[in-house]
Amino acid sequence: MASDIKVMSAELARDPQSVVFLELGEALRRRGQLEAATGVVLGGLEHHPEVAEGHDLYARLLVDAGDFMRAQQVWSGVLERSPRHLGAHKGLGFLAFRENDLETALEHLELALAADPADQSVVRGLQTVRDAAAEAEVETAAETAAAVEELAGEDHIFAGLEGAEHGLLLVDDRGRVLGGRLLGAHGVDASDAVAAFLAGAAQEAERTAGMLGLGKWQWLVAEGPEGNVYVTPPTAETLLLIQRDRSVPSGRLAMLAERAGDLARQWLEGQQL
Amino acid sequence: MSMAFQQALDNVTRVRGVRGAMLVAGEDGLIVAEALMEGVRGNAVAALAASLQKRFRQAMEAAAVGMPHFLHLQGEGGTLIIVPAPDGVLVVAVGTPDMNVGLVRLEMLRAAESIS
Repeated sequence: MASDIKVMSAELARDPQSVVFLELGEALRRRGQLEAATGVVLGGLEHHPEVAEGHDLYARLLVDAGDFMRAQQVWSGVLERSPRHLGAHKGLGFLAFRENDLETALEHLELALAADPADQSVVRGLQTVRDAAAEAEVETAAETAAAVEELAGEDHIFAGLEGAEHGLLLVDDRGRVLGGRLLGAHGVDASDAVAAFLAGAAQEAERTAGMLGLGKWQWLVAEGPEGNVYVTPPTAETLLLIQRDRSVPSGRLAMLAERAGDLARQWLEGQQL
Repeated sequence: MSMAFQQALDNVTRVRGVRGAMLVAGEDGLIVAEALMEGVRGNAVAALAASLQKRFRQAMEAAAVGMPHFLHLQGEGGTLIIVPAPDGVLVVAVGTPDMNVGLVRLEMLRAAESIS
């Protein structure tokens, strides 16, 4: 190695315009002689400013020296002249990863891989960044879920009641959701649709009870093949719906409705204060 | 009225507290057969039961629990129960608030089976 450096140094001394400055600069860099390597590379670039490999090497020397900002500028300059340059994409990918900008890092490393699919350092780098991105996504999803949970808990009418998150709904007499949530097929939120139909159904129940002399309607149970529904008006202007699967008997639905009705009335009183 | 229909309704009205039972065309709310005590307005019961069942069917379909096969409306002064039969006919019963709903339910389900 040392003899190679001597040979290359001698050649460059004889011919300052020689492109051997690239090999010599790289050899010096590998030996940790950053200052000497930088001098050689800058000298060579004075004669060959069009050689992208020289700028790439200079940028790597800047990274070695800790000047990341300048390195980024140099690599960006390389890409302006040579948009598919492998070294520049690798370098910028590394810098972006260092800044935790995983999206940009992935973008550059994928372009680097496209430039040379056999470069194992790119393959490994890409895997590292993809793992980090997946981890970050999981963390973000968990944080979002926690935030939603926290928000939902702040004014949850039916907090603490069994099935409060998916089978209890409080609506007003015009079919608008006041609280709770009802999940329909495939776990899709069906609250708004059910609320809209329920308001009409409850008006019909009231009309039926009145016209048939049944007095004020108290509740209605409807059994279906996939579940049972219990509807009751906790106040004159609201309706409470409880939905459960068929394993829950209607008597238990009634008990649950009583507790949910109490909570709904308390919540409605609180809203009027 | 066929004997089968009448027999099905009689079995329902025999339960204590039932004031009337009827078979109603679910689509238009018209009476198909009836067995009512005096004072029960058959036409109104039929029309309202059909309408109520239709309304709740929409709500239950939106809630993904399927077509209702038993509806029980409880009022302070009485009870209305609807059991849809497979061919679109509704078996409807009205009764006192304290009628034996379990027994009525059984007889209505039998009636629904027998007429389909």
